[in-house]
Amino acid sequence: MRLKYPSSVKIVRVPCTGKIDILHIMRAFEKGADGVYAVGCMEGDCHFDSGNFRARKRVEQAQKILHTIGLSGERVQMYNLSSSEGPLFAQIAREMTEKIRKLGPNPIKLAVKKAA
Amino acid sequence: MIVADKKPIEEIIEEVKDHDKILILGCNECVTVCEAGGKKEVGVLASALRIYFLNQGKEMKIDERTLERQCDQEYLDEIRDVADDYDAILSLACGVGVQFTAEQYFSRPVYPGVNTCFLGATEERGLWTERCQACGQCVLASTGGICPISRCAKRILNGPCGGSSNGKCEISKELTCAWHLIVERLKSLDRLDDYEKLFPIKDWSTDRAGGPRKVVREDVQL
Ligand code: SF4
Ligand code: SF4
Repeated sequence: MRLKYPSSVKIVRVPCTGKIDILHIMRAFEKGADGVYAVGCMEGDCHFDSGNFRARKRVEQAQKILHTIGLSGERVQMYNLSSSEGPLFAQIAREMTEKIRKLGPNPIKLAVKKAA
Repeated sequence: MIVADKKPIEEIIEEVKDHDKILILGCNECVTVCEAGGKKEVGVLASALRIYFLNQGKEMKIDERTLERQCDQEYLDEIRDVADDYDAILSLACGVGVQFTAEQYFSRPVYPGVNTCFLGATEERGLWTERCQACGQCVLASTGGICPISRCAKRILNGPCGGSSNGKCEISKELTCAWHLIVERLKSLDRLDDYEKLFPIKDWSTDRAGGPRKVVREDVQL
Protein backbone atom coordinates (compact mmCIF):
# COMPACT_ATOMS: atom_id res chain seq x y z
CA MET A 1 0.00 0.00 0.00
CA ARG A 2 3.00 2.29 0.58
CA LEU A 3 1.07 4.46 2.98
CA LYS A 4 2.80 7.36 4.64
CA TYR A 5 2.87 7.93 8.38
CA PRO A 6 4.97 10.35 10.44
CA SER A 7 8.63 9.33 10.64
CA SER A 8 8.74 10.27 14.31
CA VAL A 9 6.79 7.11 15.11
CA LYS A 10 9.13 4.27 16.05
CA ILE A 11 7.56 0.85 15.85
CA VAL A 12 8.35 -1.77 18.47
CA ARG A 13 6.99 -5.10 17.36
CA VAL A 14 5.60 -7.51 19.92
CA PRO A 15 4.01 -10.90 19.28
CA CYS A 16 0.74 -9.71 20.84
CA THR A 17 -0.22 -6.49 22.65
CA GLY A 18 -0.66 -8.72 25.71
CA LYS A 19 3.15 -8.79 25.83
CA ILE A 20 3.29 -5.05 26.47
CA ASP A 21 4.07 -4.39 30.06
CA ILE A 22 3.53 -1.24 32.03
CA LEU A 23 7.28 -1.34 32.66
CA HIS A 24 8.01 -1.03 28.91
CA ILE A 25 5.79 2.03 28.76
CA MET A 26 7.39 3.66 31.81
CA ARG A 27 10.91 2.96 30.57
CA ALA A 28 10.06 4.52 27.21
CA PHE A 29 9.05 7.76 28.94
CA GLU A 30 12.08 7.65 31.18
CA LYS A 31 14.21 7.43 28.07
CA GLY A 32 12.51 10.50 26.65
CA ALA A 33 9.67 9.24 24.45
CA ASP A 34 7.07 11.97 23.95
CA GLY A 35 4.21 9.50 23.70
CA VAL A 36 3.53 5.79 23.53
CA TYR A 37 0.60 4.08 21.91
CA ALA A 38 -0.30 0.44 21.62
CA VAL A 39 -2.03 -0.82 18.51
CA GLY A 40 -3.81 -4.08 19.11
CA CYS A 41 -6.33 -6.21 17.30
CA MET A 42 -10.03 -5.52 17.59
CA GLU A 43 -11.51 -6.39 20.95
CA GLY A 44 -12.85 -9.92 20.79
CA ASP A 45 -10.45 -10.81 17.98
CA CYS A 46 -7.34 -11.52 20.01
CA HIS A 47 -5.62 -14.69 18.83
CA PHE A 48 -4.66 -15.29 22.47
CA ASP A 49 -8.12 -14.37 23.69
CA SER A 50 -7.37 -11.48 26.04
CA GLY A 51 -4.04 -9.97 25.01
CA ASN A 52 -5.54 -6.68 23.85
CA PHE A 53 -7.63 -6.39 27.03
CA ARG A 54 -4.51 -6.85 29.11
CA ALA A 55 -2.77 -4.20 27.06
CA ARG A 56 -5.64 -1.78 27.60
CA LYS A 57 -5.45 -2.32 31.36
CA ARG A 58 -1.72 -1.64 31.35
CA VAL A 59 -2.12 1.43 29.21
CA GLU A 60 -4.69 2.70 31.72
CA GLN A 61 -2.34 1.99 34.62
CA ALA A 62 0.46 3.86 32.87
CA GLN A 63 -1.90 6.80 32.22
CA LYS A 64 -2.68 6.98 35.93
CA ILE A 65 0.96 6.84 36.99
CA LEU A 66 2.01 9.47 34.46
CA HIS A 67 -0.80 11.69 35.61
CA THR A 68 0.31 11.31 39.25
CA ILE A 69 3.91 12.23 38.50
CA GLY A 70 2.98 15.27 36.49
CA LEU A 71 3.20 14.02 32.91
CA SER A 72 -0.03 14.02 30.97
CA GLY A 73 -1.69 10.61 30.95
CA GLU A 74 -2.85 11.53 27.44
CA ARG A 75 0.62 10.65 26.25
CA VAL A 76 -0.27 6.94 26.41
CA GLN A 77 -3.08 5.58 24.30
CA MET A 78 -4.47 2.29 23.12
CA TYR A 79 -5.95 1.75 19.68
CA ASN A 80 -7.61 -1.27 18.16
CA LEU A 81 -7.80 -2.15 14.52
CA SER A 82 -7.72 -5.26 12.38
CA SER A 83 -4.66 -6.31 10.44
CA SER A 84 -6.21 -5.43 7.09
CA GLU A 85 -6.69 -1.78 8.01
CA GLY A 86 -3.44 -0.25 6.79
CA PRO A 87 -4.96 3.16 6.05
CA LEU A 88 -6.41 3.31 9.56
CA PHE A 89 -2.98 2.44 10.98
CA ALA A 90 -1.49 5.43 9.15
CA GLN A 91 -4.35 7.63 10.29
CA ILE A 92 -3.85 6.61 13.93
CA ALA A 93 -0.14 7.40 13.62
CA ARG A 94 -1.00 10.87 12.35
CA GLU A 95 -3.66 11.38 15.02
CA MET A 96 -1.34 10.35 17.84
CA THR A 97 1.52 12.45 16.48
CA GLU A 98 -0.78 15.45 16.33
CA LYS A 99 -2.01 14.85 19.89
CA ILE A 100 1.54 14.61 21.20
CA ARG A 101 2.66 17.66 19.23
CA LYS A 102 -0.05 19.63 21.01
CA LEU A 103 1.11 18.34 24.41
CA GLY A 104 4.70 19.28 23.61
CA PRO A 105 7.88 17.30 24.17
CA ASN A 106 8.39 15.01 27.15
CA PRO A 107 9.53 17.45 29.86
CA ILE A 108 12.10 14.95 31.07
CA LYS A 109 14.27 15.71 28.01
CA LEU A 110 14.49 19.33 29.08
CA ALA A 111 15.16 18.36 32.67
CA VAL A 112 17.99 16.03 31.60
CA LYS A 113 19.55 18.81 29.51
CA LYS A 114 19.33 21.21 32.43
CA ALA A 115 20.88 18.72 34.81
CA ALA A 116 23.77 18.02 32.42
CA MET B 1 1.14 -15.68 51.79
CA ILE B 2 1.30 -12.17 53.14
CA VAL B 3 -0.90 -9.91 51.07
CA ALA B 4 0.11 -6.30 50.55
CA ASP B 5 -1.18 -3.44 48.46
CA LYS B 6 0.73 -0.65 46.77
CA LYS B 7 1.07 2.65 48.52
CA PRO B 8 0.04 5.67 46.45
CA ILE B 9 3.02 7.18 44.64
CA GLU B 10 2.27 10.57 46.24
CA GLU B 11 2.82 9.06 49.68
CA ILE B 12 6.08 7.45 48.61
CA ILE B 13 7.30 10.74 47.14
CA GLU B 14 6.69 12.37 50.53
CA GLU B 15 8.68 9.62 52.26
CA VAL B 16 11.79 9.89 50.14
CA LYS B 17 11.81 13.43 48.80
CA ASP B 18 14.59 14.73 51.04
CA HIS B 19 17.07 12.03 50.10
CA ASP B 20 19.59 12.04 47.27
CA LYS B 21 20.42 8.38 46.80
CA ILE B 22 17.82 5.72 47.38
CA LEU B 23 17.64 2.00 46.80
CA ILE B 24 14.24 0.54 46.00
CA LEU B 25 14.32 -2.95 47.39
CA GLY B 26 11.78 -5.51 46.22
CA CYS B 27 11.06 -8.98 47.52
CA ASN B 28 10.71 -12.06 45.35
CA GLU B 29 8.11 -13.86 47.40
CA CYS B 30 4.70 -12.88 48.80
CA VAL B 31 4.66 -9.32 47.48
CA THR B 32 5.69 -10.52 44.02
CA VAL B 33 2.73 -12.87 43.92
CA CYS B 34 0.31 -10.14 44.99
CA GLU B 35 1.90 -7.77 42.45
CA ALA B 36 2.76 -5.08 44.97
CA GLY B 37 6.48 -5.30 45.61
CA GLY B 38 8.25 -7.63 43.19
CA LYS B 39 10.92 -6.86 40.63
CA LYS B 40 8.43 -5.44 38.17
CA GLU B 41 6.79 -3.12 40.71
CA VAL B 42 10.27 -1.98 41.75
CA GLY B 43 11.03 -1.12 38.12
CA VAL B 44 7.79 0.76 37.53
CA LEU B 45 8.11 2.72 40.76
CA ALA B 46 11.76 3.52 40.08
CA SER B 47 10.90 4.85 36.62
CA ALA B 48 8.03 6.91 37.97
CA LEU B 49 10.15 8.42 40.76
CA ARG B 50 13.06 9.18 38.42
CA ILE B 51 10.76 10.98 36.02
CA TYR B 52 9.05 12.84 38.85
CA PHE B 53 12.21 14.06 40.59
CA LEU B 54 13.98 14.96 37.34
CA ASN B 55 10.99 17.10 36.42
CA GLN B 56 11.21 18.74 39.83
CA GLY B 57 14.79 19.64 39.02
CA LYS B 58 16.10 17.30 41.68
CA GLU B 59 18.84 14.89 40.80
CA MET B 60 18.16 11.76 42.73
CA LYS B 61 20.00 8.49 42.29
CA ILE B 62 17.36 5.78 42.33
CA ASP B 63 18.54 2.19 42.04
CA GLU B 64 16.62 -1.06 41.87
CA ARG B 65 17.25 -4.37 43.53
CA THR B 66 15.06 -7.32 44.39
CA LEU B 67 16.04 -9.91 46.96
CA GLU B 68 14.82 -13.46 47.26
CA ARG B 69 13.34 -12.54 50.64
CA GLN B 70 13.74 -9.65 53.04
CA CYS B 71 12.76 -11.68 56.09
CA ASP B 72 15.97 -13.71 56.00
CA GLN B 73 19.36 -12.47 56.97
CA GLU B 74 21.25 -14.40 54.32
CA TYR B 75 19.43 -12.60 51.53
CA LEU B 76 19.58 -9.22 53.21
CA ASP B 77 23.34 -9.69 53.44
CA GLU B 78 23.48 -9.48 49.65
CA ILE B 79 23.20 -5.71 49.79
CA ARG B 80 25.76 -5.36 52.59
CA ASP B 81 28.49 -3.98 50.32
CA VAL B 82 26.26 -1.56 48.40
CA ALA B 83 24.09 -0.28 51.26
CA ASP B 84 26.57 2.48 52.04
CA ASP B 85 26.00 3.97 48.59
CA TYR B 86 22.50 5.03 49.60
CA ASP B 87 21.09 7.40 52.15
CA ALA B 88 17.73 5.61 52.34
CA ILE B 89 16.14 2.31 51.41
CA LEU B 90 12.58 2.07 50.15
CA SER B 91 11.44 -1.47 50.82
CA LEU B 92 8.56 -2.94 48.86
CA ALA B 93 8.43 -6.05 51.05
CA CYS B 94 5.77 -6.60 53.69
CA GLY B 95 6.11 -4.99 57.11
CA VAL B 96 8.29 -7.91 58.20
CA GLY B 97 10.76 -7.25 55.41
CA VAL B 98 10.79 -3.49 56.00
CA GLN B 99 11.57 -3.97 59.67
CA PHE B 100 14.14 -6.68 59.19
CA THR B 101 15.90 -4.55 56.60
CA ALA B 102 15.84 -1.62 59.01
CA GLU B 103 17.34 -3.79 61.76
CA GLN B 104 20.13 -5.01 59.50
CA TYR B 105 20.87 -1.55 58.11
CA PHE B 106 20.44 0.39 61.27
CA SER B 107 22.17 3.58 60.26
CA ARG B 108 19.91 4.47 57.35
CA PRO B 109 16.20 5.09 57.15
CA VAL B 110 14.11 2.34 55.62
CA TYR B 111 10.69 3.34 54.29
CA PRO B 112 7.70 1.14 53.46
CA GLY B 113 6.52 1.19 49.86
CA VAL B 114 3.49 -1.04 50.39
CA ASN B 115 0.68 -1.41 52.89
CA THR B 116 0.77 -4.87 54.42
CA CYS B 117 -2.80 -6.16 54.64
CA PHE B 118 -3.26 -9.77 55.79
CA LEU B 119 -2.47 -13.45 55.39
CA GLY B 120 -4.49 -14.57 52.46
CA ALA B 121 -4.88 -16.37 49.18
CA THR B 122 -5.18 -15.37 45.53
CA GLU B 123 -8.79 -16.12 44.61
CA GLU B 124 -8.25 -14.84 41.11
CA ARG B 125 -5.88 -12.41 39.49
CA GLY B 126 -6.35 -9.10 41.27
CA LEU B 127 -8.45 -10.53 44.11
CA TRP B 128 -6.90 -11.55 47.41
CA THR B 129 -8.85 -12.51 50.50
CA GLU B 130 -8.00 -13.12 54.12
CA ARG B 131 -7.72 -16.67 55.42
CA CYS B 132 -5.70 -16.67 58.64
CA GLN B 133 -4.92 -14.33 61.50
CA ALA B 134 -2.03 -16.35 62.86
CA CYS B 135 -3.80 -16.96 66.18
CA GLY B 136 -1.14 -19.44 67.22
CA GLN B 137 -3.53 -22.26 68.08
CA CYS B 138 -5.13 -23.52 64.90
CA VAL B 139 -8.69 -24.79 65.15
CA LEU B 140 -9.22 -25.79 61.53
CA ALA B 141 -9.39 -29.48 62.45
CA SER B 142 -12.76 -28.97 64.14
CA THR B 143 -14.22 -26.40 61.79
CA GLY B 144 -14.15 -28.27 58.54
CA GLY B 145 -11.08 -26.41 57.38
CA ILE B 146 -12.73 -23.01 57.52
CA CYS B 147 -11.28 -20.46 59.92
CA PRO B 148 -13.78 -18.67 62.15
CA ILE B 149 -11.04 -16.43 63.57
CA SER B 150 -10.17 -14.76 60.30
CA ARG B 151 -13.41 -15.17 58.41
CA CYS B 152 -16.01 -14.42 61.06
CA ALA B 153 -16.24 -10.71 61.83
CA LYS B 154 -16.70 -11.50 65.52
CA ARG B 155 -14.14 -14.30 65.65
CA ILE B 156 -16.66 -16.47 67.45
CA LEU B 157 -16.02 -20.13 68.06
CA ASN B 158 -19.55 -21.37 68.59
CA GLY B 159 -21.38 -19.71 65.74
CA PRO B 160 -23.23 -18.56 63.89
CA CYS B 161 -24.41 -15.51 65.78
CA GLY B 162 -27.89 -14.04 65.39
CA GLY B 163 -26.70 -11.77 62.62
CA SER B 164 -26.32 -14.57 60.12
CA SER B 165 -29.14 -14.59 57.60
CA ASN B 166 -29.50 -16.55 54.39
CA GLY B 167 -25.89 -17.52 54.68
CA LYS B 168 -24.67 -13.92 54.77
CA CYS B 169 -22.96 -12.01 57.55
CA GLU B 170 -24.68 -9.01 59.04
CA ILE B 171 -21.71 -6.74 58.38
CA SER B 172 -22.12 -7.06 54.62
CA LYS B 173 -24.42 -8.81 52.19
CA GLU B 174 -21.33 -9.62 50.13
CA LEU B 175 -19.73 -11.56 52.93
CA THR B 176 -20.66 -15.18 53.41
CA CYS B 177 -21.07 -16.09 57.08
CA ALA B 178 -18.04 -18.15 58.09
CA TRP B 179 -20.20 -20.31 60.33
CA HIS B 180 -22.60 -20.93 57.49
CA LEU B 181 -19.63 -22.19 55.48
CA ILE B 182 -18.44 -24.30 58.38
CA VAL B 183 -21.83 -25.98 58.84
CA GLU B 184 -22.14 -26.62 55.10
CA ARG B 185 -18.68 -28.12 54.97
CA LEU B 186 -19.21 -30.33 58.01
CA LYS B 187 -22.47 -31.47 56.48
CA SER B 188 -20.77 -32.50 53.27
CA LEU B 189 -18.05 -34.28 55.25
CA ASP B 190 -20.78 -36.06 57.19
CA ARG B 191 -19.29 -34.68 60.38
CA LEU B 192 -22.14 -32.58 61.77
CA ASP B 193 -21.49 -34.25 65.12
CA ASP B 194 -18.42 -32.03 65.38
CA TYR B 195 -20.67 -29.02 65.19
CA GLU B 196 -22.53 -30.18 68.25
CA LYS B 197 -19.37 -30.10 70.36
CA LEU B 198 -18.89 -26.83 72.21
CA PHE B 199 -15.58 -25.11 71.78
CA PRO B 200 -13.92 -24.44 75.12
CA ILE B 201 -12.78 -20.88 75.76
CA LYS B 202 -9.89 -20.22 73.42
CA ASP B 203 -6.50 -19.42 74.88
CA TRP B 204 -5.88 -16.03 73.27
CA SER B 205 -2.45 -15.70 74.80
CA THR B 206 -1.01 -17.28 71.66
CA ASP B 207 -2.74 -14.60 69.60
CA ARG B 208 -1.60 -10.97 69.56
CA ALA B 209 -3.34 -10.47 72.92
CA GLY B 210 -0.27 -11.97 74.57
CA GLY B 211 2.05 -9.34 73.09
CA PRO B 212 4.67 -9.89 70.37
CA ARG B 213 5.21 -13.58 69.82
CA LYS B 214 8.11 -15.80 69.02
CA VAL B 215 8.64 -19.36 67.97
CA VAL B 216 11.64 -21.09 69.49
CA ARG B 217 12.57 -24.43 67.98
CA GLU B 218 15.46 -25.96 69.81
CA ASP B 219 15.29 -29.03 67.58
CA VAL B 220 16.42 -27.02 64.58
CA GLN B 221 18.63 -24.50 66.32
CA LEU B 222 22.36 -24.84 65.71
S1 SF4 C 1 9.81 -10.21 53.45
FE1 SF4 C 1 7.59 -10.36 53.61
S2 SF4 C 1 6.95 -10.41 51.47
FE2 SF4 C 1 9.10 -10.95 51.50
S3 SF4 C 1 9.14 -13.22 51.65
FE3 SF4 C 1 9.28 -12.39 53.71
S4 SF4 C 1 7.17 -12.43 54.44
FE4 SF4 C 1 7.05 -12.56 52.23
S1 SF4 D 1 -7.55 -20.84 63.56
FE1 SF4 D 1 -5.88 -19.41 63.87
S2 SF4 D 1 -4.07 -20.37 62.90
FE2 SF4 D 1 -5.90 -21.48 62.18
S3 SF4 D 1 -6.39 -20.49 60.24
FE3 SF4 D 1 -7.61 -19.46 61.83
S4 SF4 D 1 -6.36 -17.71 62.52
FE4 SF4 D 1 -5.03 -19.10 61.33
